[in-house]
Amino acid sequence: MFDLIFSTDFFFAVLRITAPILFATLGAVVGEKAGVSNIGLEGTMMISALFGSLVSYWTGSWMMGVLVAVGLGILTSLAMGFFAFILKTDIILTGIAVNMIGSGGTLFLVKVITNMTEGKALASTTSLITTANQIPSWNIPVIKDIPVLGDILSGHCVLTYVAFLMVFLTWVLLYKTPMGLNIRSVGENPDAASSVGVSVLKVKYIAIGFSGAMAGLGGAFMSMYYSMGWSLDMVAGRGFIALAAQAMGAGEPVGGMISALIFGFAQALSIKVSSKGIDSNLVTPIPYLVTILGLVAFALVVRRRIKKQHSAEALKAEEK
Amino acid sequence: MAEEYAIQMKGITKVYPNGIAANQDVDLLVKKGEIHALMGENGAGKSTLVKMLFGMEQPTSGEIWVNGKKLNLSSPTVAIANGIGMVHQHFMLVPSLTVAENIVLGMVPRKSGLFIDKKKAVEITEEYSKKFNLPVDPNAKVMDIPVGMKQKVEILKALVRGAKILILDEPTAVLTTQETSELFKELMHLKKQGYTIIFISHKLNEIMQITDRMTILRGGRSMGVYNTCDVSPEKISRLMVGRDVVLTVQKDKAQPGEEVLRVRDLEFVNEWGKKMLDKVSFSVRRGEILGVAGVESNGQKELVDMLFNLNTPNAGTATVNGENILGLSQRQIREKGISLVPEDRMLYGIAGKASIQENLISDRCGEKRLNKGPLFNMKAIREESDRLIEEYTVLCKSQDQRVDNLSGGNIQKVVVAREFSNTPSLIIADQPTRGIDVGAEEFIRKKLVELSRSGVAVLLVSADLNEVMELSDSLIVMYGGKITAYFEDTSQLNDEIMGEYMLGLKHQPEEEVRRVCHE
Repeated sequence: MFDLIFSTDFFFAVLRITAPILFATLGAVVGEKAGVSNIGLEGTMMISALFGSLVSYWTGSWMMGVLVAVGLGILTSLAMGFFAFILKTDIILTGIAVNMIGSGGTLFLVKVITNMTEGKALASTTSLITTANQIPSWNIPVIKDIPVLGDILSGHCVLTYVAFLMVFLTWVLLYKTPMGLNIRSVGENPDAASSVGVSVLKVKYIAIGFSGAMAGLGGAFMSMYYSMGWSLDMVAGRGFIALAAQAMGAGEPVGGMISALIFGFAQALSIKVSSKGIDSNLVTPIPYLVTILGLVAFALVVRRRIKKQHSAEALKAEEK
Repeated sequence: MAEEYAIQMKGITKVYPNGIAANQDVDLLVKKGEIHALMGENGAGKSTLVKMLFGMEQPTSGEIWVNGKKLNLSSPTVAIANGIGMVHQHFMLVPSLTVAENIVLGMVPRKSGLFIDKKKAVEITEEYSKKFNLPVDPNAKVMDIPVGMKQKVEILKALVRGAKILILDEPTAVLTTQETSELFKELMHLKKQGYTIIFISHKLNEIMQITDRMTILRGGRSMGVYNTCDVSPEKISRLMVGRDVVLTVQKDKAQPGEEVLRVRDLEFVNEWGKKMLDKVSFSVRRGEILGVAGVESNGQKELVDMLFNLNTPNAGTATVNGENILGLSQRQIREKGISLVPEDRMLYGIAGKASIQENLISDRCGEKRLNKGPLFNMKAIREESDRLIEEYTVLCKSQDQRVDNLSGGNIQKVVVAREFSNTPSLIIADQPTRGIDVGAEEFIRKKLVELSRSGVAVLLVSADLNEVMELSDSLIVMYGGKITAYFEDTSQLNDEIMGEYMLGLKHQPEEEVRRVCHE
């Protein structure tokens, strides 16, 4: 049983399933660092997924599809920002609105734009994405020939590699660039940032725009590779899971990646186990159980770290 | 001839959209290279005036000249560009960033065009730190450094941005005595190098100590400019509040009665394993004020927390009139006749968004006289509120005004009005006059003395040395979670003796301290 589950293609699946969650998680990480809770990641992913697949079909170019998905992701989140920062709506409510548009509005648009389905059947774009216009996979030279490792790491969709590369780039952005310093200061003490001439508004727009771009990439991955087409509620909560992964990863890119991998692992596990004929009623809760366990473990680690820090400080104080 | 004045604010009037005139026809003339005090009670318009100078607010009318040039200071960025720097009362720092990062924020040095040049940031910090004799640790995170160093970082931030004119908004409010004298040395150093400093404060002794001239504001108007060496503290306070403030509170000798609060062997270990209270024992009797002095975070806060059940002690007992008070709900504690003037009035003292009236009756809204069946008796409530507002001279438009629209002193009067008027047998007053104007301060102190003389037991916790020494009949000193000294008669005390005990240089023997138990 154990061998059957933990095979190389299982671990391959983990990375594949993790990728879209990871994109959205990085979006959430940068947003939160600037003090912007982008709860609309889910809806943004849906919108990007739809138009990514349509553009890819219309132009026959997956790259155009991805570009449009990213562009729309940015536009959607900037619009969210406009409502929240300028018109002063509550950002959580604004995010919920985006999620509802992402769920119901997209279905309406598919029907209007493609008019493909007859009568009352749910519209989708699953027939539009074929191997010709999907996002291609990439076999990594040399690594692909290494046994086991090659099977796990090579042959992924290019966006999967981009997702993991983005972890590093996000870290560089946050910790090595002036913009990252601005983002962190705006998130922590906007008054301090504005008192030295940092435009809080601009930084917030950049952060929410970045999170939209990431959601766009995640959406494109979903419709142009993972599910081969857009269908109703296909993102299936990944945007929300990303918010959990952000929190579980302590708001850091690498931590977020580890959390996203845990979620990916749990989902891959539940898929694998149910394919072995185990009652899916038992299997479906696995990802959620893992979430709860993950959060508990995280809370324990943080508590211990704080305790250690404080006792170290107390010691220092006593020595003085 | 070189321009004599660094700052000339002429005929400044500021009327807020809600109709409140914060400044009316105020002149502020600051000479180059002087330390100029801006004095006034809370709500006198000091902050508004300097906010306009720093570009955070725009005057309704009037002119601002900086170094002989008339300027339109439309934002802090413009002010900074014209050599004006401001150190805010609440620090404008990002806690998780390092000192160097905070200093260069908004003007980050880059390497290869894209990345932060951390080494350069540290170099800049060290260069200025040395030049102005403001020692900081560039690589430490701001959240790990003490308050005094945070303030140095703020001053450095302004200097790095090329400020020649520094505005310090109540800089000593958060500092210990040692940090304050250190700050004064640094300010004198800056003055010697030709910097101009505007120093906002309402502490008379500080003003007398380091400023050259002063502008006094009262009710949004200027009461004139004076050379510090020409005016007496009494005159200043007369100009500030418009009447003679009695600087020493008049009080008769205490006639202590029976024991009210009895605390024995109270111990508390905080969540990080540090012992914050170590076998604390004392008693407070009817008709006396027992002061608790000490440098902050030596257990005073924890002591108050225990007595009002905001935290649970590890050992020990506390009784009021012979009945246990530990572990009771706050309502039960209040029913035993205990009142609390909390240290943090905005968090524990009031509900900011509620009205004055609602705040005044919040501890007694269940009483029969204020209710009619299941509903409030609004007439009785309005009468009660009006009575308290009048008795405690709360300055407001009406009792329906939101409490957080009031000035600090008036908010505290609302708290005190509620806490003093519910016929308490014990009042715990924790920093009762912190950060409020002289007028309100005097009023609250007088009330405390009055209540104690009418037979209430008062436990006064204060970091303001003058306050504990003046108000208390007897006094204990806390250091490192222990009571290290007991003085039965405060009239024989002076700052020096107190300082030695507060800093832990001296301890009284245990028997001596034990006398505070009156056994």
